[in-house]
Amino acid sequence: MNLLKLSWKNLLYKPLNLLLSVVLFALGVGLVSFLLNVNHQLEENFNKNLAGIDLVIGAKGSPLQLILCSMYHVDNPTGNIPLESARAFLNPKHPLIATAVPLSLGDSYRGFRIAGTTYDILELYKARLAQGRLWEKDMEVTVGATVAGKLHLHVGDTFKSSHGLVEGFDEHEHDFRVVGILEPTGSVIDQLILTTTQSIWASHEHSAVASDSTAHEAHDHSHEHEHEHVEVAPQMPDSVSLRKAAEAQRLELMNHSDKQITSILIRFRSRTNIQALNMGRNINENTDLMAASPPNEIARLQTSMGQGANTLRWLAWVIVVVSGLSVFISLYSSLKERKYELALVRVMGGTRSTLFLLIILEGLLLAVLGYVAGMVVSHSGLALVAGYLEKSYRYAFTSLKFLPEEGWLFLGSLAVGFVAALLPAWQARNTDISETLAKG
Amino acid sequence: MLQTKDLTYSYDGKHLLHFPDITCQKGEHWLILGQSGCGKTTLLHLLGGLLTPTAGTVTVAGTALERLSASQLDHFRGQHIGIIFQVPHFIRSLNVGENLALAQHLAGLPVNYDRIQSLLDRLGIGHKTNRPPEALSQGERQRAAIARALVNKPALILADEPTSALDDVNADEVAKLLEETAADVNATLLIVTHDSRLKSHFSKKIELEPQQVQSTL
Repeated sequence: MNLLKLSWKNLLYKPLNLLLSVVLFALGVGLVSFLLNVNHQLEENFNKNLAGIDLVIGAKGSPLQLILCSMYHVDNPTGNIPLESARAFLNPKHPLIATAVPLSLGDSYRGFRIAGTTYDILELYKARLAQGRLWEKDMEVTVGATVAGKLHLHVGDTFKSSHGLVEGFDEHEHDFRVVGILEPTGSVIDQLILTTTQSIWASHEHSAVASDSTAHEAHDHSHEHEHEHVEVAPQMPDSVSLRKAAEAQRLELMNHSDKQITSILIRFRSRTNIQALNMGRNINENTDLMAASPPNEIARLQTSMGQGANTLRWLAWVIVVVSGLSVFISLYSSLKERKYELALVRVMGGTRSTLFLLIILEGLLLAVLGYVAGMVVSHSGLALVAGYLEKSYRYAFTSLKFLPEEGWLFLGSLAVGFVAALLPAWQARNTDISETLAKG
Repeated sequence: MLQTKDLTYSYDGKHLLHFPDITCQKGEHWLILGQSGCGKTTLLHLLGGLLTPTAGTVTVAGTALERLSASQLDHFRGQHIGIIFQVPHFIRSLNVGENLALAQHLAGLPVNYDRIQSLLDRLGIGHKTNRPPEALSQGERQRAAIARALVNKPALILADEPTSALDDVNADEVAKLLEETAADVNATLLIVTHDSRLKSHFSKKIELEPQQVQSTL
């Protein structure tokens, strides 16, 4: 028997009061923690996928859409651009551009986007092979780690793509064949199916003819019939030969002036070069293309999203304060009926400080319970929406990650519990024991 | 063992209550009789250190209560003085045994459940150890209150009208148990009451005169 146990028993004695205080506390803490996590993980996602990209070039339209589409793969393309006008940016000898990644988007397989591109994209996201090899010929694909995991794809499997990002709609005739699987990187490349630009062109040229005949084939994918999958050792080329191969792919693309691609991701040789900094404006003013700066667009997006998040955060703090108030009211009102008990504690040898401490402990206990319940609420909430968020943001949300801010939130909760208990504790400390006992 | 001298108390700073000097030896049992309003409860609170006298001294087991600081007095009371009230109250959120354990803990003594159980057995409510206080009958509750007052083996036991809320059978029983258990730990027992049923139990008595309300002016 000690004070902590006594305060715990006192709380349990009024289960409904306890429930109300804890639920309110949990709501406030849960909301704050939930917002912190979503905000943090979104920001992390956005920042990780910036991948040092300085400029995105695509068809004219909304710059934000271009970036969301080309870098985060959450939106549709703004349109296509003719290679004729884009070829200059792909030139490995361009004086300002260190890396240029051409992207041809538009097809998907079961919700995962197929990107026709060059090996440059691997360098951009620092991706490495886990199994098999990189795509070489048309219709060969190397898939990201999440794609392989979610769709149970293995080296050697084949599948048909469909048009757009919606699955099972308007399937194309040709079979893609998985030749390699990438290691997880935590970036958006985990969610991509990579192939040659030419494969995208090829499947679109044939699909117009074949779209009817494939309707009945539905999801009859050969990999579902294979039972034994052998782990294939990765054959990752070294960085020099990877770079050479990538340049060769770009040079090859530059020969197809009649074809189109969706966009180009560009990394400058130097970010302080004034010509490089002006490149975006030059493109926007003097060509039919559009250039968008990811950091600018993402900052703008975060500002507008941040306002909503801010409002919610204020609301959450209001709930925390209200829950503090509920702790205060429940402690304060319990004092009246517990006056005799408090006097008894003194009769049994407890001091004024004992009574003060007892009530403070009750406030702190409520705060701890509320915090724990809030964490359970927010993290199970995160787990619930993780599926939805992953689909719409192409990012694996984790519900088991705890932020340092949540440690501060714990201290904040304790502070709320302490402050709420302060006045009742003082009141309890000053109970006139003789008068209380005499009244019986 | 217990000694008071010139004990005076004033509720409002104007009117004084004077109490006769009391001297009790160790192990003696005393009855303090008086009609309501003569300051019985005030005297008991003064003896128990629950009130600070306006003037005069209270000495319990060689310790002058007025020399102790507030928290020292609380500790001293917990260890050396057991108090029983007219209406037995308990910490409602704790069961009977836990209430006694709390008394041990608050007095700064180690919690001893064997002592608690044997004491409750002695008082005939050993089967109520794990029951909440409100599940006990009035008589059982008063016995549990006696157990709580006795659990730390105090030198002095003060009882304020311990039997006036009980029927004859229970009153008799409780008075007997009070005497016996006080004798068990060789404590000085002091009962303030107006309950004349108790007179036959005790040979040593102090009659409190109805207080003449005296003005300091």
